[in-house]
Amino acid sequence: MYNMMKTLTLAKQVRRDIIDLTYKAGTNGTHIGGSLSIVEVLSVLYNDILKLNKSDMTDDTRDRFILSKGHGAMAQYAVMHRVGILSDEDIASFKKDGSSFSTHPYMNVKKGIEFSTGSLGHGLSLGVGSALALKRKNNVTSKVFVMMGDGECDEGSIWEAAMSASNFGLNNLVLIIDKNRLQLDGFIEEIMKQDSLEDKWSSFGWKVYGTDGHDVDAIYKTFSEALINQKQPVVVFAHTIKGKGVSFIENKYNWHIGVLNDELYKKAIEELEA
Amino acid sequence: MELNRQNIRTYSLLGSHRTFGQIALEFPKIDDKIVILAADQCSPAGLEYFRDQYPDHYYNVGIAEQNLVGIAAGLAKEGFKPFVTAQATFSTTRCFDQIKINMGYMNFGIKIVGLSAGLAIGQYGATHMSMEDIALTRAIPNMVVLSPADCTETAKALLAAAKDSRPTYIRLSGWMNNPIVYKEDYDFEIGKAITLKEGSDVAIIATGTMVYNSLKAAKILEEQGVSVKVVDMHTIKPLDKQAVLECSKSKLLVTVEEHSVIGGLGSAVAEEIALYKEKSRHLIIGVEDHYVKPGEYNYLVKQVGLSAEQVAERILKVL
Repeated sequence: MYNMMKTLTLAKQVRRDIIDLTYKAGTNGTHIGGSLSIVEVLSVLYNDILKLNKSDMTDDTRDRFILSKGHGAMAQYAVMHRVGILSDEDIASFKKDGSSFSTHPYMNVKKGIEFSTGSLGHGLSLGVGSALALKRKNNVTSKVFVMMGDGECDEGSIWEAAMSASNFGLNNLVLIIDKNRLQLDGFIEEIMKQDSLEDKWSSFGWKVYGTDGHDVDAIYKTFSEALINQKQPVVVFAHTIKGKGVSFIENKYNWHIGVLNDELYKKAIEELEA
Repeated sequence: MELNRQNIRTYSLLGSHRTFGQIALEFPKIDDKIVILAADQCSPAGLEYFRDQYPDHYYNVGIAEQNLVGIAAGLAKEGFKPFVTAQATFSTTRCFDQIKINMGYMNFGIKIVGLSAGLAIGQYGATHMSMEDIALTRAIPNMVVLSPADCTETAKALLAAAKDSRPTYIRLSGWMNNPIVYKEDYDFEIGKAITLKEGSDVAIIATGTMVYNSLKAAKILEEQGVSVKVVDMHTIKPLDKQAVLECSKSKLLVTVEEHSVIGGLGSAVAEEIALYKEKSRHLIIGVEDHYVKPGEYNYLVKQVGLSAEQVAERILKVL
């Protein structure tokens, strides 16, 4: 049952967790910008949308979630920890040498990390294959969710996958594009223009939705609408701010990977608690 | 499935690429989880019969090799056993990252059937030649790399792969009227080389189409009093180390492949024998580090120095 306050609380905790994890990661830093932009969407997904059996993440009736923008793993781990899928030990091992929970997702079927990602442009093909497989198994209860970045749409393989999803009539595939308008080197508009990205997806045969990616109520309503009587692959554009929640990180391309020293950490926490 | 003189003859006429289409018809009997994905290569792979008989087990993803391997990984994750196919060069070089991540790193047991490897469709130019596919695929952890000698062995390798769970690249070389090395059914085991002929002076380890040429080269050499052993190394990875060790005891060890001299069978053998205390010299025969102009298959084989006569000549030169 959807409970806005519960999801808001989760998002708030997760944003704080991301700051703590980045501080703990020390001078190597973390992919903080693109993690902060997906906090609300992931919170809604894991709290209210994804059908998951937390005591058995291999349950075949589960929804599959694939983080194609693998550099957002820190946010995914933090959410999965807060909702009780990952343990305290799992999250404590983040970015430690030899850890299974590092910068990019490492496939861990029992823990619900569906695939190893990090090389951009792979997740949607994996999603298409998974969605085809569900159809082969006559599994009509599960859906496949894939989350990509808008910068990731530069990858040609995305468009191969986009074309095939509508060709195969995948009405069990849901794509979320985290449209934070930034990629590693700067604003997408300045690096590689993606004019009318929504129109491109629409012309590839996808049903296109849009939402404020930081408004949990709006996100929930958009997913609810998109998932009912789904007839074709669906893409939800989540309009977000890279680095959301911390003023000196927001919309700064050079915070794609960032380090929080004592001073900046303190400042970030003050802002989150204000 | 029993191989007999009749179907062996048919496969040879069809070529290794279309032999795949014939053998695929056996797959549903072996394992209902097997599905085939083609990247707009249904007809070159002779898969029309499979497509029509088992439409539910077949997908055509269009000319999109990255997506081909990515979709296969999604299907494999959910318990299916995908065979994917495209021309050898496009199914390896074009989607190398997908192979590395999905088949290597995540160890999904996808089978890539690389059609018309080496010079087979060299009439279309270097874009369609596949000289680096062994080098690429064998560099990836977890991968099995198969390179059958003829169409009989193509059938054997495909049937073995259908029962094997490992990620595998199956390199199909040669063209129509593919010379026959194996005239009747025989035992094929992944990772176990086959000694086709014993000999004491020279040991040739060959793979793919070059097995037949090496047998012919051996005949030429024997006429000149040189005793030659010929081994069919149908599995490049995992390499049959025992077979290599035995060959390294002859006066001259020769590897022959329709592949670049860099990174292929020759390199795999050289890596293996590097630390042996006692070993023969090793002549690596393959396609030298350059591009050749387009041409008909037999013309190209001569252009790169891989005809039986040229192989024999090159061996005599260093003997």
